[in-house]
Amino acid sequence: MTMQALLRRHGVVLGLAVLVLVLPLVLPSNFYFRIATLTFIFALAVLGLNLVMGYAGQVSLGHGGFFGIGAYAVAVGPTHFGIPVWAALPLGALLAGLLAFLIGRPILKLKGHYLAVATLGMGILIAMVFTNEAQFTGGPDGMSVPRLVLFGWSARGPVTWYWISGVSLVGAAWLAMNLIDSPTGRAFRAIHDSEPASGVLGVNVARYKLIAFVLSAVFAAVAGAYLALYDGGVTPRTAEFLRSIEFVTMAVLGGLGSVIGSVVGAAFLTILPQVLTVFHDYEHVVLGLLIILFMMFLRDGIVPTLARLIFRRRP
Amino acid sequence: MSLLSVRDIGIEFGGVTALSGVSLDVGPAEIFAIIGPNGAGKTTLFNIISGLYVPKKGRVELRGEDVTRYPVHRLSELGLSRTFQNLQIFFRMTAAENVMVGRHLHEKRGVLPHLFALPSTKKQNAETRAKAEELLAFVGLKGISEQTAGNLPYGALKRLEIARALASEPEVLLLDEPAAGCNAVETAEIDEIIQKIAARGVAVVLVEHDMRLVMKISHRIHVLESGRTLAEGSAQEVRRNPKVIAAYLGKHAGEEAAHA
Repeated sequence: MTMQALLRRHGVVLGLAVLVLVLPLVLPSNFYFRIATLTFIFALAVLGLNLVMGYAGQVSLGHGGFFGIGAYAVAVGPTHFGIPVWAALPLGALLAGLLAFLIGRPILKLKGHYLAVATLGMGILIAMVFTNEAQFTGGPDGMSVPRLVLFGWSARGPVTWYWISGVSLVGAAWLAMNLIDSPTGRAFRAIHDSEPASGVLGVNVARYKLIAFVLSAVFAAVAGAYLALYDGGVTPRTAEFLRSIEFVTMAVLGGLGSVIGSVVGAAFLTILPQVLTVFHDYEHVVLGLLIILFMMFLRDGIVPTLARLIFRRRP
Repeated sequence: MSLLSVRDIGIEFGGVTALSGVSLDVGPAEIFAIIGPNGAGKTTLFNIISGLYVPKKGRVELRGEDVTRYPVHRLSELGLSRTFQNLQIFFRMTAAENVMVGRHLHEKRGVLPHLFALPSTKKQNAETRAKAEELLAFVGLKGISEQTAGNLPYGALKRLEIARALASEPEVLLLDEPAAGCNAVETAEIDEIIQKIAARGVAVVLVEHDMRLVMKISHRIHVLESGRTLAEGSAQEVRRNPKVIAAYLGKHAGEEAAHA
């Protein structure tokens, strides 16, 4: 591997680690810690979505559902089945991965718009289960989530969750970067550019689409569990259709096929609505307009477009 | 024994017969060309051999094993690889990474070691990259390995496809118009590359419109017209065959050649 590639790979993880370490020095209040924490949590889910969308090139409009499975796992598991919270979290991730495997097998044969609609239906179905199975989930009102307690230490508050989500995000970015530069990651990217050529070279296209889908579901479920644990509660809105759309928007806006782009996209859609509250009633209009403008002028997403501009100008 | 054997292949698209009764055999170290006018079914035949289409009739055998209905990726395991006429490059990946994908079946494919970048994965990555660099040099693309494939010129992409196909270490290599769009110098280079590949014992099956190249390097030539076999033989035999001359130059010329 060349020096440049080495730097590019570790640069991303290192840069992210530095950001997580330095940010607390400038965050003035708990409110800002909350925004940063939410950004990290959503970035975690978007990073997973980027594996399947940005790298393997398969669209999913249903990842809100996997996010919800993670969130409800830490609520339902401890409340109804006496599973400790620390065990419910990985169990939820496992469940989301298993479901992605079972649903992904048939629907990943579909392409483009058809796959989009199938994943959309999947997400809506999962959200419906959360709303309708009221005896387990509390129905539309949702339910409360017990605190995560590790070795007698209870995780609560924005600062604690800032560190948990921040360290997890750096870890997830490290895993993603490792994967991208491995036979599995190369298979993902090859499928994105040409399925016939991938197949001819021995890549089992169906298998690698499924691997990307399952991995991304696990990322989303962990993120969902974090949000539920941090908020201390969960409602069907956690997993609703709009959540899936939000993830896709974050991934596309930040940059498909870019790990840093996932974080930037998540930050953009988490921070901006807070900033835009100065516009009062027109908040959503301005947000929509900004998204359109960004997509028009930074077509490949914020991070890839800017990266290209910077590197091209270099002598 | 022949490495690749095609038996009585027939396929139709929407009721129109694209291929009918086509059979051929290719052995180790042989350069076997398939020629014919546009629409003769050359690329269709390639797509059947490489598993992208399933024929309505007949079968394809690799070393005697019937592979007609095998999924595409299984054929690579059995030693078949190909390039594409309308380039199928992984254009967002670097040149080296394109070739590295070709090593897929020679790599360990456990996802967990890849996620955690275990030492074994890193070592394997380095080996795969070295092999890719070697193949890029073999096809005359030294020094471009870190460039994004999408930015490379057409002639380079043609050779990149050959390097990528070779990375899987095939016994049978299908080349779909390797010299299309190349200038005389590039064609001469590709000519040399093909001969070197065959000299290693690979059965090379070639679809090509550049007749000078075909006549020069092919051991045997199979002529298709309208989905049927017109003739098969050495360059000399095919060149003298009145039916072939008729197909290429018109019926009248064919009659003249028959009288000559």
